[in-house]
This record gives sequence, C-alpha cells and structure tokens, in this order.
Amino acid sequence: MDQTTGPRSDNPRVGLFVTCLVDLFRPSVGFAAIKLIEQSGCRVEVPRGQTCCGQPAYNSGDKADTRAIARATIEAFEPYDYIVAPSGSCAGMLKMHYPDLFGDDPDMGPRAEAFADKVHELISFLVDERGVKNVEARYEGKVTYHDSCAGLRELGVKQQPRILLEGVQGLELDEMEDSEICCGFGGTFSIKYPDISNAIVGKKTANISASGAGCLLAGDLGCLMNMTGKLTREGKSIEARHIAEILAGMTDEPPIGGSGDAQ
Amino acid sequence: MKPASRSFKENAVKALHDDGLQQALGKVRYGFVANRAKARANLPEFETLRDQARAIKEHTLAHLDVYLEEYEKKVVESGGHVHWAPSAADARDIILRLCQDAGAHTVTKGKSMVGEEIGINDHLEAAGIKAVETDLGEYLIQIRHEPPSHIIAPAIHLTKAQVEADFRDRHKDLPQDRILEEPAQLVAEARAVLREQFLAADVGITGANLLIAETGTSVIVTNEGNGDLTQCLPRMHIVIASIEKAVPTLEDACTILRVLARSATGQEFATYNTFSTGPKRPEDPDGPEEYHVVLLDNGRTEMLGGEFHDMLRCIRCGACMNHCPVYGAVGGHAYGWVYPGPMGSVLTPSLIGIDEAGHLPNASTFCGRCESVCPMRIPLPKMMRHWREREFEKGNMPAGFRLGLKLWAFAARRPRLYQTLMGLGMPVMAKLASKKRRFAWLPLAGGWTRHRDLPAPQGKTFQTLWREQNGRQ
Amino acid sequence: MSNSSQRSAVLDAIRLSLGVKEGEKSRETPARKRLERHPHNIVPERARRGAKASISLFNETLEGQGATVNRVKTLAAVPELVAAYLRSNNLPAEFRTGDDNLLAKIPWGKTPSLTRQQGRGQGSDAVTMSRAIAAAAETGTLFLTSGPDNPTTLNFLPDTHIALIRAGDILGSYEDAWNRLRDSYGERSLPRAVNLISGPSRTADIEQVIVMGAHGPRRFFVIIVG
Repeated sequence: MDQTTGPRSDNPRVGLFVTCLVDLFRPSVGFAAIKLIEQSGCRVEVPRGQTCCGQPAYNSGDKADTRAIARATIEAFEPYDYIVAPSGSCAGMLKMHYPDLFGDDPDMGPRAEAFADKVHELISFLVDERGVKNVEARYEGKVTYHDSCAGLRELGVKQQPRILLEGVQGLELDEMEDSEICCGFGGTFSIKYPDISNAIVGKKTANISASGAGCLLAGDLGCLMNMTGKLTREGKSIEARHIAEILAGMTDEPPIGGSGDAQ
Repeated sequence: MKPASRSFKENAVKALHDDGLQQALGKVRYGFVANRAKARANLPEFETLRDQARAIKEHTLAHLDVYLEEYEKKVVESGGHVHWAPSAADARDIILRLCQDAGAHTVTKGKSMVGEEIGINDHLEAAGIKAVETDLGEYLIQIRHEPPSHIIAPAIHLTKAQVEADFRDRHKDLPQDRILEEPAQLVAEARAVLREQFLAADVGITGANLLIAETGTSVIVTNEGNGDLTQCLPRMHIVIASIEKAVPTLEDACTILRVLARSATGQEFATYNTFSTGPKRPEDPDGPEEYHVVLLDNGRTEMLGGEFHDMLRCIRCGACMNHCPVYGAVGGHAYGWVYPGPMGSVLTPSLIGIDEAGHLPNASTFCGRCESVCPMRIPLPKMMRHWREREFEKGNMPAGFRLGLKLWAFAARRPRLYQTLMGLGMPVMAKLASKKRRFAWLPLAGGWTRHRDLPAPQGKTFQTLWREQNGRQ
Repeated sequence: MSNSSQRSAVLDAIRLSLGVKEGEKSRETPARKRLERHPHNIVPERARRGAKASISLFNETLEGQGATVNRVKTLAAVPELVAAYLRSNNLPAEFRTGDDNLLAKIPWGKTPSLTRQQGRGQGSDAVTMSRAIAAAAETGTLFLTSGPDNPTTLNFLPDTHIALIRAGDILGSYEDAWNRLRDSYGERSLPRAVNLISGPSRTADIEQVIVMGAHGPRRFFVIIVG
C-alpha cells in the first residue's frame, strides 16, 4: 500500500466492528476490511462481545434495549485505539448516537463520548486517519458508486472512496445521477413500508443502469442488499460488491446475491 | 379537516399508482432541488447564514413571551389589534366574529398554512361567509375540495389537463371555445376570475412568515402578488399566525428571509416581501381600515423547551419535502393532513396526536437529507425517532413486529448466544438458497421479497470463520 | 374566554415551558436592548461592494428576475423613455401615479402623447408608476412605501408597473435600506406597508412552469435616474 507519508509506524490496535449484516451475510467484507486496515499499519482484533450496533431497536423507539446493546459494545471496544466498521450507517450509530443515549449518565456518558471519538467508518479511516492515498488492487471494468446516507451525511464520507477507487488499476468510475439520494432501504423501513421502499429503490436501479457500469459499489451492505435485490429481480446483469472487496483485491467470491449472473 | 393519516399506507399505494402525480413529483428534482442548489452555490455565506438564522430563532424562542408582548405593544401603537388564540377553535371563533362584525359576505385569503391547520375556510362557509383562496395553487385545490399537497406549492400534484377540466367545470362564464392548454392560458383565466373577488371582498385574511417585534410588523412572502391584493383592498385585514413566527428586529427578519426563498423555490428572494404595520394611516389613500392579528398557540407552547422544541424554528420553506425520497415517491396527500413530508411527520403528531398520525414519523428511511437542507438546521430524523420512542412506550406497534424486535434484542444483548444462533442459522440459509445465492421468497420476509430478491448469506458467519482461523478465543 | 384571559393563557404557557417568570429583568433587558440596537447580522459580501458595483448588481439581478431595467441621466429623459417603453409593448400611453414629489418634478408636459393620472390604483389601470425610496442590490429588490405619494394599490393592480429610483438610492443590503427608512420614519416605526419588490408577479403553481403576471403586474419596468 502506497502512502505518501510512508507507512505509519505507530501500529495502533484496531477493534473491528464487523456489523451484523457483514457477519451474517457477507463475511468476505470483514476479511477485506481486516486486510486493508492491516496494510495501513494497524493491528486488527475482532472483539467477541459484539453483535449489532442496535439500530433496529433504536430506530423502532426501543431505547432500553438500544442502551443495553450500546453498553455491551462500548465495554467490548474500550481497550482499542480505534474502532472501525465497514459501514457508514453502523459507524454513524456508534459515533453520533451512542453519546446521545447516555447523555445524562455520569458513568456511561463520558465513556460513550470517549468511545465515539475513536470510531471510524472503514474507508474514511484509511484515507483520513491513516493517510492512505493508493491501494494496490486491480479490477477490470466500469463501476458506479452509491453514497450511502449515514456515511455521507453523518460522517462526511464522499471523496475518500473516490480517491481510493481512482488508484485501482483497470477500474473506471462512472458516476450515476443522484448518487447521494437514499436507496430506500432504511432498515426496518423496507419491511414496514415495502411499496414506498420499492418505488425509491426503483429510481435508484434506473440510475445505476443508466450509468453504464457493470458493477455497483457502496460502503454499506444493507444498501447493497437492497439495490442488488432489486437489480436481480429486474433481471439486470449488474453485479454488486462492497467497496472494501475491490480495494482489497478480494473479488474471488461471487457478487452479493449472485448478482451479475442474472441472465 | 378530518385527518387521513391513519391510512397512510393505503394512501401511499394509491399515490404510487397515480401516473399524473408521479409525473408531477418527477419534476421537483429539476425545479426546486436544482434551483436551491444553484442559489446556495451563488451565495458563499449561505451556510453561515443558516447558523445565524438558527441562532436568531433560538434566541427568540428563549425570550418568546417578551418579544410577543413587545410585538403586541407595537401593533397596538400602530392602530392594530392583537387577539390571542390558545386553540384552533379559539382562532376560528375570533376570525368568524371579526368577519361578522365587519358584515362580511366575501373573504379573500392569501395562502396560509395556519389557515389550513385551523380549517378556517369551512368554518366561515358554515356561517354563510364565502372564503376565496387567491393563491393560484390554493385556489386550484379549493375548487377541488382537496388539502394542499405541499406547503409552498399546494397544487403540485395536479397536471394542466386536470386544471383545465376543473376550470371548465367550475367557471360557468368560460366560453367553450377558449383554449386552455398551456399554463399561461390557465393562469390568465384564474387571474380574471380572482380579480373580481379581490375587488369584491370585505375582509382579507393572510398568514405571516414573520412577526417583527421591533416594529409590530407582519411579513408575507409571495410571488404572485395575491397576498398583497388580499390585504390592501378590503376594509379589514386579518393576519393569522402562530406564535413562533416572532423575530426581534428587521435585521433578524432579513437574515431569515435570505435563507427562506433560496431554500424554498431556489429564488434569491421572492418577488414580493411585504411588511405590514397596522391599518391605513389618516393620510393613506388605500389600505385596510382595520388590522387584526390572531396569534395562535395550538400546541406550540407544549413543544417549547421539550423534545420537539427544535421544530418551532421551522420557517415552512418546504426544502425538507423537496429533498425527501418518501415525499418524492408518494407526494403530500398520502400524509393525510395539512403538513406533509418530514416537517409534517414531526409536527402533525404534535397537533393531531400520535395515535392519529403514528405512521408519519415511521415512514422515513432516516436518510437525513431533510436535515441537511433545512435552513434552520432542524434535526428532523431525531425528532421522528422521539415520536417512535413515544409510540414504543405506548405499545403502538403491530404485535408481530414488537415480538420480533424483542426476540432479536434479547439475543443481540447476549453476544455468545447471538453468535451461536446465527452461526447455526446462516449456513442453513445459505444451503437453502443453493446456487442462486438469493431468495425470491422467504417466510416472514414477504415485505422484502414482494419487490426484491433477498441476497443469501455466503455460508458460515464471520464470527465462526474468524474463530476457526484464529483458534478458539 | 375573554381576550385578556386568552392572552394570559398563552403567555403563561410559554413561561411555564421555558421555566421562567414574568418580569425577569435578566431576560427582558437583553431582549429590549436587541430591539433598540437592532444589531447587524452577517451581511453577504455581494451587498457590501460600494455604490458603482451595487448599481450593476442591482441591474443584472433584477433583469435576471424578469424585469426590464433602464438608466437615464436626468429626470428630463424619463417621459420619452416611458413613452418609448409603452409604445414598444403596444400599451396605451396612459398611466397613474401618486403624489410623489420626485415624480411631480418630471417634465411630463414635454411628451404630450403621455397622459398622467393621479390617485390610488384602480382595477382598470393598465399602467402605473411609483417611486422606490430605496433598493437593495443584493437581490435586485426595490423598497416601496405606502402613503399618498405612492399608494400601495399602484404596485399590484396594473398589468404593467413602472418603478423609478434614483441611482443614489440603490444601496447594497436590505439592512442599508431599512436604515434609510429609519432615517425617514424614525426608530421602531414603519409606514403601513413596505413592499419589497424584485420583479414582475409570477407563479409556478401549474406544473412548475413559471408564468409571469399571476395576480400582480405581468411587466415590471425599472428606471434608474442619475
């Protein structure tokens, strides 16, 4: 991995927050993340005391369960220098919302703040914290990139993925129209309001198709599952991958949901 | 109006199949959204102005009692009257009484969301007073007996063909051979019809975008000029405004106006920003003889200082709905009451109750685009979540969903149990999907698989694989 | 409930929610001071560029908003300009003004084809003319004040509205214009109506297509003098 400032020698200890969707549906993203973080000069560990960031409960108004999940997560990750997640949505939850959950708690409040300070979304961690400018990876083909909402608007992830994609040999980035508009996933929203969610993702897949790219990338598996689920249902042969897979050069696994072989 | 927010889901499905509506909504991206982006880019200070506009409103809300008293004092000094309305019913009664005392037969109305909120038109009509909406969009929905579908573009859901049909049906003097195909022809027709109403009206009712304490001034922001004709031609002008419209000074008003039009239509400034202070002066050749302001609370004081306090900064620009993917999919009528989109999803439950409006704060992906464009930096998703918390506490949630959530949370709080369960389950799911690597249907996932495939898991969970690679930890 | 009890109900509810009491000096004093001093907030750079730049910004912005703008050196040139404008738009050479003393100074008699009537606006007026007391260049916005000099109805009833402004009255920001009004009308005092006008009347209520002349003037013609 090329870093203009040279590999940082501080060798910090990173706790990987795998995220529940990567854990359950696409472990290869977790391994890609580990490879990228290690290449940036870090030690990576995967604390066992993690499950999910708690958003399904939090966004359903269940604050008590969310707090319990948050407390366990904070405890599991307190020893680390950084907490990194391959998802803007989950990292946003840990970083922006955990402190709110314990606002007036004299013990957990400060701990949640200290924890939040150490949380990063994977790609912005590489670029902003580790100074990575280039990765050694190869991908032949045109890709398009969807800016997932929480990463974009809560954490400011916009240029970082594009900077790294630019360095991937053989890869051409063709931007879709409205890449910053929500894909309609919204966690439980997609289950509670399936018809509206469908209408929103339908606009998204039209923009993806119109970009001319053969591969859809994003930094969030939830959004990717939603968009590729729609793409395969529409019979489109556009594959979908988490950006970490491309950047780590780990594209041997079939794409998400087997997309790309639809026809 | 009777709320239809309970049937949000059904309303939404209907909207999704309404081709005319979908066509209209498709234009918002190239109109309001593109124009706002351009206006923002043209004003380097825009983001700083947003911060300052927010600070002005926060300062005002923290001193709201003082500023309202000062405002009232100045209105009275300029010869006007201030009426205080704790509830919507109080406001309706006050306005009706004023109209009756003025012997009014016809009342013209400038566009007012508070007027919609209190249902003033129906109230006046029931008492035999004709209320005519004069904003073109409001007029169109009034003759169709519809609520507004957008707070600044009330008839955004209509096509020109629908407008033509409504005019032919409603305007009895309209010659059959008159061509009404283009918006300009339709606008000319409405102009002619409404001009007579302006000249005939006894009372004009407008809303207010701002109330300025420094001078006792109400401000309306329009493009058509209808609000001005409404308020300068009749004998009486009634302003109906909610209490959070107050700002301290003319300077403060300017800061808010600098972000208002840019956020709303993407204009640098609306065509007409009218500052009205009291009734006509002795030397004035025109203007209303009486000037009344009705200050409406209707739930605002309860929001003040509480979880929904930030919503009181709202200046009703509509940027949140213009940028909302859900509003963009279903339009405003699906929300079932006066205020649609993200701001409505926060405000409506405060005004008509969460039992009635429970769907609204739930129908959001929390994409955060509303908050990112809100000129007053209102944390709309956060407040929608607060409503969900209240609903959860009240148990307003489908039993199946609640049970599923509770079971999931039980496991999610116990990492060992969770990892064991998922470690067993995921490989089974992967096998079921076999080579297709996705499901077209799954039990309990019908909401998802009705419209999309569900990608299958790769096999073993990450946690299983990681432990296998690194030995038992 | 009487108005006074309704008033107390609302004000008491505000104070209850804010956790404050009536008559607290620590809250009243800063609020009253703000009203007296009306401090400036941020004024955009484009509104602070000086007289010459302000006039060109005013011109450019206003034209961008659908108005026609012309500049003449002296009042004496106004009648011919008005006559030419009306001719070129196939409008009658007839218009109405208020009692504004600057408009009265214009040598209308030199252009006998023009007929000037005086008084408040009428529903039948095709063309009217008013004088703006000030303008803010930042958005091409004219400030028109009500009164016998320039009745408000002249601004809204006609099909074509002509507004005259002296070049020296074109200021940078809204704040500059309000200070000009404070000089004329005093602190914490305004005429009945102040109309900030930035172009002809328009609507986009039908299919989001912009149409000029919704209820107010279809044409807005601005004459800068000086």
